Amino acid sequence: MLRKHSYLQLFTAVCKKDLQLAFRQRAEIVNPLLFFLIVITLFPLAIGPEPGLLARMAPGIIWVAALLSTMLGLDKIFRDDFHDGSLEQLIASSYPLPLTVLAKVCAHWVITGLPLVLMTPLFALLLNLDSQSLVATVFTLLLGTPLLSFIGAIGAGLTVGLQKGGILMSLLVLPLYIPVLIFATSAIDTSSMSLDYSGQLAILGAMLVVAVMSAPIAISSALKVSVS
Amino acid sequence: MWKWLHPYAKADRAYQLCNTLLPYFAVITVVCMVVGWVWGLAYAPADYQQKDSYRIIFIHVPSAILSMGAYSSMAIAAIVALVWQLRNAELAVIAIAPVGACATAIALITGAAWGKPMWGAWWVWDARLTSELILLFLYLGVLSLYHAFEDKKAAGRAASILAIVGVINLPIIHFSVEWWNTLHQGASITKFNTEAIDPSMFWPLMVNIVAFAAFVGTVTLIRLKNEILQREKHRPWVRQLIKRG
Amino acid sequence: MQLAGPNGAGKTSLLRIIAGFASPDEGDIFWRENSITKSYDEFARELLFIGHKTGVNAQLTALENVRFWLQIQGYNNEQDLYPLLANIGLVGLEDVPVRTLSAGQQRRVALLRLWLNDAKLWILDEPFTALDKSGVAFLQDRFTSHLENGGAILLTTHQDLTTHFNDLQTVTLEYRH
Repeated sequence: MLRKHSYLQLFTAVCKKDLQLAFRQRAEIVNPLLFFLIVITLFPLAIGPEPGLLARMAPGIIWVAALLSTMLGLDKIFRDDFHDGSLEQLIASSYPLPLTVLAKVCAHWVITGLPLVLMTPLFALLLNLDSQSLVATVFTLLLGTPLLSFIGAIGAGLTVGLQKGGILMSLLVLPLYIPVLIFATSAIDTSSMSLDYSGQLAILGAMLVVAVMSAPIAISSALKVSVS
Repeated sequence: MWKWLHPYAKADRAYQLCNTLLPYFAVITVVCMVVGWVWGLAYAPADYQQKDSYRIIFIHVPSAILSMGAYSSMAIAAIVALVWQLRNAELAVIAIAPVGACATAIALITGAAWGKPMWGAWWVWDARLTSELILLFLYLGVLSLYHAFEDKKAAGRAASILAIVGVINLPIIHFSVEWWNTLHQGASITKFNTEAIDPSMFWPLMVNIVAFAAFVGTVTLIRLKNEILQREKHRPWVRQLIKRG
Repeated sequence: MQLAGPNGAGKTSLLRIIAGFASPDEGDIFWRENSITKSYDEFARELLFIGHKTGVNAQLTALENVRFWLQIQGYNNEQDLYPLLANIGLVGLEDVPVRTLSAGQQRRVALLRLWLNDAKLWILDEPFTALDKSGVAFLQDRFTSHLENGGAILLTTHQDLTTHFNDLQTVTLEYRH
C-alpha cells in the first residue's frame, strides 16, 4: 500500500474521469452546443436578416449565447459527484481540494468551452462576421470561456446541494460575468474597426490568471459548505 | 484580532454588545436625520441650474454611499466569519444584506426620479447607475442563496463565501462598467457640475450621510439581535431574557 | 466502536462531524491531539470514510471506480485488481457500468476500498446495507484483521455483529428534540 504523492496523478485522474463520463454521455457535450446554435438562429429571426445589422450585433449575440450555454453545462459539473458521494471521497482525500477542483474545472472547459471555440467559424458565417472579427472572436472565447467556467463553478459549488439550484446559480453567477462580457465584446468591436485590441485581451488574460489562482479556493470552500 | 474578537464568539456577549451600541446609533440617527433633512430640504439654497429638484441628493447620495459601505462591511463580516469561524459574524452578514439591498434600491429609485428632470428619461445607462444596479443583483444573490438553504448554518457560510467573491469582483465590475461607459458615451448624458460643491449644500449633505450611516447601523443591530435570538432560542440565556420580559 | 440508536437520533450526523464534513455546533474533534479543523490533511491521510452515499459512480465500471479512488487517495494504481474483485464476488462484472449491478454488488464495489488502504481509522455508515450473509461475514473477517493490525473502526449498523470482537464498545444515541 505504498502512497506515492503526485499532484500530476491526481490532476490527470480527475480530468480523465470527467472526460470519460462526458464522452460516454455525449449529449452532455452536444446539447449546450445545439442550444448555442439555436439561440444564435433566433436573433436574425427576431431583429431581421439585414447583414450589416447582424454583423454589428454579432459580438454581443455570440457572447450572450456563450454565457447562457455555459450556464447550462455548469449545473452538471459537481452534481453527480455530490449525489453519489464522490465529493466526500475527494474532500477526505489527502490531496488539497483546490487542486482537484482545478482539474474538474479544466475538464469542464474542455467539454463545454473548447467545442464552442471550435464552432466559432460556423457562427461567424451565420452572423455575417468578417474574418478580422472572427479571429478576435476566437481569441476572446479562448481566454473568456475558461474564465466563465471558473467563475461559474463557484456558483455551481454553492448551489449543488440545493434542490432547485439551477436558476439560483445563474442569478449568482451572471452579474459576475459582466466584466468578461464587456471586455470580450469590446475587443471584437475594436477589431472590426481594424484597431489594436490587445489591451482588452490582456485584461481578459489577467482576469483569467487571477481566477485560476483564487477561484479554486473559493470553489473548495463552497463545496465543503454544500457537503456539510 | 482574534483576542479582540474572541469574547463575541459567545452569542450572549454579542447580544449585549448590540444592546450597548444600539442607543448611540439610534440617537445619532434621529438627531442627524431631523437636522439634515430640515436643513437640506428647507434651508439650503436652491441650485441655480436645477432649482429645487437637486434636493434629492440629500437622500440619493447618502443611500448610494451607504449601499457600497454596507457591502464592504458585509464582506468584512464574511471574512471574519470564515477565517475565525465566528458564527455571529455570519449572522451579521445576513443582518446587513437586506439593509444594504434597500439602500441600493433607494439609491436607484431616487436616481431614476432625479434622472427624469435632468436627463429626460427615467433610466439611462450611466456608469454609476449601472454599477449600482449590478450591486443590487449581488445583494439579491447573497439573500436568495441564504434563503435557499434549509440548514441555516450552511446558509450563513455559503452567503459569506458569496459576499467575499462579490467584494473581490466589485472593483472589477465597477472599472469595467466605467470603461464601457466611456466607450459608448451616450448623447443623453449631461455631464454635471463637478466643481466644488458650495458649503451651504455640503454640510447638510454630510449630516445626512452620517444620519443614513447611523440609520443603517441601527437597523442592522436590531436585525442582528433578532437573528441571534432566533438561532439561540433554545438556550437558557434566551429563556431567562424572555422571562425577565 | 459501534454507534447505535433509533432512526433520526443523529448517528450519520455524528459520523459526518467526526469525519470532518460537517462542523459541530459546539466543541471540536481531535485526532492524535490535533484539532482536525486545523490539520485536516494529516487526519484525512489516516481516515477511510464510506457513507450512505458510497462515492461509486454509476456510469463507470467497477474497475474504473476502484482505480479512480486509488488515484485520488494517492495509492499505487499499478497493482492487479482482478484477484481482489474475484474475492469479493464480482467475477465477470469488472467491465460493466456499476449502474447495471445489484444494490449489494454496488455496495461491494465501494467496500473493496477496505482491502486497498492503510488508513488507521475507518468510519463506516451502515456498511452491511444490501449485503448478503456471506458478504457480511467476509466484511467482518476484514474488520478483525484491521483491528489486529492496530486499526480502529467506527461504524453504525442496525444489524447485530455476528463475529465476536474483543473490545467492541457500543455508544447509543437517544432521540431528543
